[in-house]
Amino acid sequence: MSTSALRLGQDPSFGRAASAHGAASGHGPGGPAPKRIVVGYGFWIFLLSDVVMFSALFAAYAVLFKSTAGGPSARDLFDLRNTATETACLLASSFTCGMASLAVGQRSQKWTQIALLVTGLLGFVFLVLEFREFSGLVGRGAGPGRSAFLSSFFTLVGCHGAHVCAGLLWLGTMMAQFYAKGFRIDIRHRFLCFSLFWHALDIIWVAIFSLVYLVGTLPPELLP
Amino acid sequence: MFGKLTWQAIPFDQPIPLAAGVLVVFGMAAVVIWIAVKGYVPYLWREWITSVDHKRIGIMYCLLAAVMLLRGFIDALMMRSQQAMAFHAAGYLPPEHYDQIFSAHGTIMIFFVAMPFVIGLMNFVVPLQLGVRDVAFPTLNSVSFWLNAAGALLVNVSLVIGEFARTGWLPYPPLSELSYSPGVGVDYYLWAIQISGVGTLMTGVNMVATILKMRAPGMSYSRMPIFCWTSLASSLLMVAAFPILTATLAMLLLDRYSGFHFFTNEAGGNAMMFMNLIWAWGHPEVYILILPAFGVFSEVVATFSGKPLFDRRSMIIATMAICILSFTVWLHHFFTMGGGGDVNGFFGIASMVIAVPTGVKIFNWLFTMYGGRIRFSSPMLWAVGFMVTFVIGGMTGVLLASPAADFVLHNSLFLVAHFHNVIIGGVLFGAFAGYTYWFPKAFGFTLDERLGKLAFWFWLIGFYVAFMPLYVLGLEGMTRRMQHYDRPEWHPWLLVAALGTLLILCGIALQIAQLWVSIRDRARRNDPTGDPWDGRSLEWATPSPPPAFNFAVLPVVESDEPFWDAKRHVPASDSPAVEEPEYPPIEMPRNSPTGFVTAFFAVVTGFSLIWHIWWLVIVGLVGAYATFVAFAWRDRHETTISSAEVARVDHAHRSARAQPLRAREPLL
Repeated sequence: MSTSALRLGQDPSFGRAASAHGAASGHGPGGPAPKRIVVGYGFWIFLLSDVVMFSALFAAYAVLFKSTAGGPSARDLFDLRNTATETACLLASSFTCGMASLAVGQRSQKWTQIALLVTGLLGFVFLVLEFREFSGLVGRGAGPGRSAFLSSFFTLVGCHGAHVCAGLLWLGTMMAQFYAKGFRIDIRHRFLCFSLFWHALDIIWVAIFSLVYLVGTLPPELLP
Repeated sequence: MFGKLTWQAIPFDQPIPLAAGVLVVFGMAAVVIWIAVKGYVPYLWREWITSVDHKRIGIMYCLLAAVMLLRGFIDALMMRSQQAMAFHAAGYLPPEHYDQIFSAHGTIMIFFVAMPFVIGLMNFVVPLQLGVRDVAFPTLNSVSFWLNAAGALLVNVSLVIGEFARTGWLPYPPLSELSYSPGVGVDYYLWAIQISGVGTLMTGVNMVATILKMRAPGMSYSRMPIFCWTSLASSLLMVAAFPILTATLAMLLLDRYSGFHFFTNEAGGNAMMFMNLIWAWGHPEVYILILPAFGVFSEVVATFSGKPLFDRRSMIIATMAICILSFTVWLHHFFTMGGGGDVNGFFGIASMVIAVPTGVKIFNWLFTMYGGRIRFSSPMLWAVGFMVTFVIGGMTGVLLASPAADFVLHNSLFLVAHFHNVIIGGVLFGAFAGYTYWFPKAFGFTLDERLGKLAFWFWLIGFYVAFMPLYVLGLEGMTRRMQHYDRPEWHPWLLVAALGTLLILCGIALQIAQLWVSIRDRARRNDPTGDPWDGRSLEWATPSPPPAFNFAVLPVVESDEPFWDAKRHVPASDSPAVEEPEYPPIEMPRNSPTGFVTAFFAVVTGFSLIWHIWWLVIVGLVGAYATFVAFAWRDRHETTISSAEVARVDHAHRSARAQPLRAREPLL
């Protein structure tokens, strides 16, 4: 048993916690972790919850995959060329988003804005392609109301699209903030979260591309 | 212009909802006018509505839960009285109204009583127990609270404008689809839960980040108080389970609003998928509620037995085991789906297995009490009442976990009795134990013990009188949610159950009286020490109520029960520990109306979505976005509390505490 388990009196703690900033991990001798760690960590947890939401949509898609109600199936509808272009746009936008992170690290306003602008444009092209695909499907009578399969397809892919939309809004706000406020610490924290978000959307898209589009266009004898 | 909203939405032809609605509207108006006349508005705005202090937000959560408990309990009184009367008769509630009442009762009690109560306790207590100044994201915390309140408001608006769902507390399709529920009731339910669900998810994220990344120096995982552990488990479940709820309800919304076919009878929709998805959230949800209650009992039992908790390690393992197992039992809510013997067998066994770690906990508490010097103060009474009651509820749960028995008891009053047995006897008793235990910490004066104990006994006895008859009725074949019936053997039991609700009503009245009396006598009941129960964990090391910054200097933790051990080693008055520490100035987050304004726009958006007022939906969404941008544009996020102010607060606390500590010295 220590002589004084709780030193409310002398204050070795506070100085130690403060000096250990940077090394502090939120436990052990260090005390609360620094803001950057807490913000990034919290946002990671939020992203995990988002992934859980997508997994519910994936599950619904898997359950309803064959419930075409006599309507068109995945193989009749999906166009891999369009989807490949979408994929390329999104992956390239993740690269430029990484470039933006580097530019922020260099405190270069010009290159930050350019990299973010390119990221946003690529995201926008992705959305246009997705919109074109959706409107094409609806025009062929294969809208979400046609069958349970199409309901789940539009919801899963559309939910990702809605995330990209929200991401673009966030990106625009980020650009305005960098422009108006410079590379302030809290704005850099926010940008850290944004880039995590943008990359996470990529990961989810990779899952959609493989599980929805690639599996969907397999010959029927290869499907489970 | 106003979508589906017309004057017909107000139930002029139905006296009961109209009277209730008018009463609520006038009641709220009276409160608002009283506040305005007394000149409290600036105070409320500055100190509460825009507060990002975890303690204030925790208190507001508990207040919301208490108010909604009254609403939900009135629903319960109406149901019990209806069933007491409706033998060979129509009773006084027509079916379409009765159906709304049981739906509203369940929705309110789970989402707007149990959830805010446990989240409120977590908010208030966790940072104090961890020895830190606030949660990880204080403004987000405020947003979470106000979104929860926004959901509660929408449910209550449905009382006056339109109707509420008639589909039960979980809107099972196809009944909840547009073709069978064309009204706005289900939409009220869906948007209220979606909005408050976002708040709950954010709370989960916030709490996980707080507990895993913000602890006092020296507080390793194994030194965390059990309440923090159970809060961590509960928050992890929120993060993992609430997105499933959001996705599921979004699918139902798409079915209703855009003609999708997730759960419809036509075009390949699959209604059983809804049951699977909703219970993949729903079963973890019951552990989200009960785990923090287990944490409260762990704190209470240790404190009032004067002993450290028996085998903390097994308690922690049991908590995390429940956290994981809670995702493996969802199918026991619908064994009758026809999944087959293997599926039902797996989930039946998993459901029985999850009772094991719960049993471990019961023994931990019993062994903590064994050989202790037990003080039967009111928090301890709730804890003991819980142990007895919860064991009964748990055993009927294990009974229901057997698929063969479940086929007979499914959807009967036996089930209703079972889940009230665990939710009232577990969650609500835990919330009340926590409320009486931490009230002096929150407000600086103690609650009246005599009235508190009386309230406990009325609640406990009332609970047994109200719900034990339902077990019998379930075994006699009475199904749940019956508006009338003609079986004479059921009638006496329903009369007894109605009597039980009246006893609970007395319990609630006594709790209100307790609060009233205690506030009236607050000067006399003042607790200057900040440690009225002889507590063991760090929250009791702060003054009551704690200052905004909680700790003048962050404590260094060197044992499982830092405050208890500190008290056992009281230094002589001239020892270095009482020496004046150096007080650095403290940076605290600035208040922000972001949460309140966001919730305002959330209500606008939700309401206009319910009534199909599309232009107003856009206004609401743009408003919410603008609020976030305005928050992001802020230049100063923190205010500094000067070292002089910190020193002043700490001096007062030290001198108040020195007296009783020295008086206690000979005992130790």
